Amino acid sequence: MATEPVKLIACHDCDLLQREIDLKPGCTATCRRCGSVLYRRATDSINRTLAFTVAASVFFLIANIFPIFAIRAQGDYSAITLFESVQSLWNQGMKPVSTVVFLTAMVAPAVELASMGYLLVPIKLGRLPRRYVFLMQTLRYVQPWGMIEVLMLGVLVSIVKLTQNFKVIPGVALWSFGILTLLLAAVAACFSPRDVWERLDEGERAKNAAASGRQLQPGEKTRAAHG
Amino acid sequence: MADGKPTSAAGMGLYSCHVCSKVSRAPSFSRPAHCPRCGTLLHFRKPRSIARCWAFLLAGYILYIPANVLTMMETGSLISYRKDTIISGVIHLWNNGNKVIALIVFIASITIPLLKLISLTLLLVTVQRRSTWQPRQRTRLYRMVELIGRWSMLDVYVVTLLAALVQLGNMAVVKAGPAAVAFGAVVVLTMLASMEFDPRLIWDPIQKEEVHD
Ligand SMILES: [Zn+2]
Ligand SMILES: [Zn+2]
Repeated sequence: MATEPVKLIACHDCDLLQREIDLKPGCTATCRRCGSVLYRRATDSINRTLAFTVAASVFFLIANIFPIFAIRAQGDYSAITLFESVQSLWNQGMKPVSTVVFLTAMVAPAVELASMGYLLVPIKLGRLPRRYVFLMQTLRYVQPWGMIEVLMLGVLVSIVKLTQNFKVIPGVALWSFGILTLLLAAVAACFSPRDVWERLDEGERAKNAAASGRQLQPGEKTRAAHG
Repeated sequence: MADGKPTSAAGMGLYSCHVCSKVSRAPSFSRPAHCPRCGTLLHFRKPRSIARCWAFLLAGYILYIPANVLTMMETGSLISYRKDTIISGVIHLWNNGNKVIALIVFIASITIPLLKLISLTLLLVTVQRRSTWQPRQRTRLYRMVELIGRWSMLDVYVVTLLAALVQLGNMAVVKAGPAAVAFGAVVVLTMLASMEFDPRLIWDPIQKEEVHD
């Protein structure tokens, strides 16, 4: 390949065909016709996304193990975790609602964090992640259904409603959900699918070159294969 | 593109992968195309986008009625007992509690679902009439619908948390009502409807190109 072919990109919102340009880190390319974001070049995307993902996973576990809050009223004391409240709703016969809450507040964020980890740890170690296409597809389809930030607001509204009649004691999970909300926002801000696909393409090329027994020239792109 | 005239990828016979964004040429024979990078089955436009979007949207409209008429939450204690619909719950909160929280719940549970239903209807009708009216504003409207839709799940979470927490005590009882099921369904259905809608259809009449599939 003497000359790099012109890279084209089509806007996801209006299908306008445009020429891709290289961006400086932290910049965003927007569609010239409809103004949608075409792609971003995030600063140090893979390292930062991975760091925030690991931190978010820790807080996700804490937020699910410990009670969100407790109430005390005339000697009665009750505390709940998120999963207990999902179970309680199920036992009250609200199975569809309970399922929706379970999927959006627990399963979707867990799947998102796990997929991020499985995708980014091998890339960070200079390997090509196994089944990366499946992971990228999963991330794309699961992401809209994770609603931790809405749950966080729901927790705050619940507290305000409860304080009318009860003494509310905030639990460890309450703070954890707050931090988790911020960390997930950071993950979303740092993750750039285009950057990841570029790394995956490089890895794939290096793998093919190695498989065909061809010696790589020093100048060629081997970063993805050797860290 | 070269002469500055806007061209859509589909108009050039190019697919744009919805998973990895790679642009690739359509195969010469009319067989299913797969993305050369990630293997995803490719379409020029989301298949049967308008029909599917209408289906989810109409189901959303139908369930919107029980969601607002039926009881969302029952609260009872030794001194009082109330059954609240979504709207009466917001009014009660406004009068007896925090006005800021009442406003948040009002926006999330009443304004956003209604705005979503109306916006998607407007988008579908204009796309079906192949309207060329304000494409940029309509695309922006679609992006807004996608962005804010999730927030209407708020009341579902609130009911879940309250109903679970207050079950144990014998001083007060909070129970989720049937409206919670209908309302949860409205949120999910309108999210599905907005995912099925293809905003590229807004722009297709402007290019005067017929795009199939
Ligand atoms: Zn565009
Ligand atoms: Zn693809």
